[in-house]
Amino acid sequence: MPVNRVVVTGMGAVSPLGRGAGALFKGLSGGKSGIRFQPETAAVPGLRSHVAGRVMDVDPKEVPRKYRRSMSVGSLFAAVAAQEALIQGNLPENLRTRKDFGVAIGSTVGSVGTLEGFFREYFSGFCLERMRSTLFFKIMNHSAAANVAQILGIRGRTLAPAAACSTGCQTVGIGFETIASGKQRFMLCGGTDEFHPLFTATFDIMNAASTRYNKHPHRTPRPFDRDRDGMVCAEGCGILLLESLESAKERDAPILAEIAGFATLSDPSHIANPDAASIVACMEACLENAGLKPKAIDYINAHATATTEGDAAECEAIRQLFGGATPVSSLKGHLGHTMAASGTLELMACIFMMQQNRMIPTLNLDHVDPVCGGIRHVRRVEEKSLQWILKNNFALGGVNSSVLLRRFNRDG
Amino acid sequence: MTDKEIIEKINTALAEEFELDEASMVPEAHLFDELELDSLDLVDMVIVLEQAFGFKIREEEEIRSIRTLGDIHAFVIRKRHQRLQSS
Repeated sequence: MPVNRVVVTGMGAVSPLGRGAGALFKGLSGGKSGIRFQPETAAVPGLRSHVAGRVMDVDPKEVPRKYRRSMSVGSLFAAVAAQEALIQGNLPENLRTRKDFGVAIGSTVGSVGTLEGFFREYFSGFCLERMRSTLFFKIMNHSAAANVAQILGIRGRTLAPAAACSTGCQTVGIGFETIASGKQRFMLCGGTDEFHPLFTATFDIMNAASTRYNKHPHRTPRPFDRDRDGMVCAEGCGILLLESLESAKERDAPILAEIAGFATLSDPSHIANPDAASIVACMEACLENAGLKPKAIDYINAHATATTEGDAAECEAIRQLFGGATPVSSLKGHLGHTMAASGTLELMACIFMMQQNRMIPTLNLDHVDPVCGGIRHVRRVEEKSLQWILKNNFALGGVNSSVLLRRFNRDG
Repeated sequence: MTDKEIIEKINTALAEEFELDEASMVPEAHLFDELELDSLDLVDMVIVLEQAFGFKIREEEEIRSIRTLGDIHAFVIRKRHQRLQSS
């Protein structure tokens, strides 16, 4: 059993809906789409998906050169989002630089764009004479975590979970367990990813990227919809400041929500194909972690990326475990699939929904696909008291994760 | 190329690479203390100078004793003259 309860006291974001948690919440609440036509992919022969969700409003120059020189774009996103989370968390510097303050920040790949630049030089006469000393720091698997630790002066644990699209929820889960067990008092947790055509190509080659809405970017992706045709790759970063409840109370920090459970389980049935039974097992394990029954859940924020098989498998799993009464929506219609960032950006949105007692519907869900039926889809903004929210996050490679959020009540 | 032109070329290349304020780029400026460069920057400084002047200096022992911007100017001017004399 955990020693400490763990709460969220700060949040920061950069996303296709704009810079900052406020822009994220405003865009989601207003039913805005962050998906745009993407000339970079349209120019690639053979690549059929020409849409993406890009971050438009982060200027690299806002980070001092001393820190920026070792940062890829994804690390830059993480630094900006982490600083926002610390400001919201009202965290003084003397707490941030203690050895019980750690980071758990991961990405799908360190930086594909930086690697592309390296290999362009390398294959041009196998010449490395122009390679800079800081290149490696941009492509390390733990690049974002290390760079955030450097710029913020972090002295505790630097962890960099990497599980592609499941990374975001894994970072929060690991942060939760690390604080619950008393190993750290604070953890900055999040996923970050920068766009590269490689991501779109990866899903396009598997017939899992959206290709039919290139001229109507706002109409895709379409989670659970009968006319969905795949995911839309996106970029961004979401960072949550986690700390022990005792710490938050002691310093009178703003408590936004409680992390009440976490599970991450492997699905060895297939490297790419989702499996409903494995998803059920993961959600069940998450509920068991908090000693909760399925009927207690007020809302489920689905992973649902708008792929044919993924949405159907998640719906089947939700149907099996929760029946047809628990409200469900996906935020991929607004944001696209922000990959490693999706778990934390969407958890932030869940906390916002919890604070507002309002559920955000799935964008572009016009006609529920029969294979996604039998569950309670949120089709329009709905008011509801949200005490418990379950957030799903799944990845290629058979990595499933679920995080349980609880509304924080000072009296219990 | 005159010594003045060499100095200008060095300063332009370093200002661009390390985003230095040109007003701070006086010969007596200490690379670490005043221009706030560090050991990684010195590695990249060699690469930048090699590209700018088309010579190889990475293995030069003398680089280790460079402390100020003026030391860089003097080193590069000396290398340029040595090259001209040997060609």
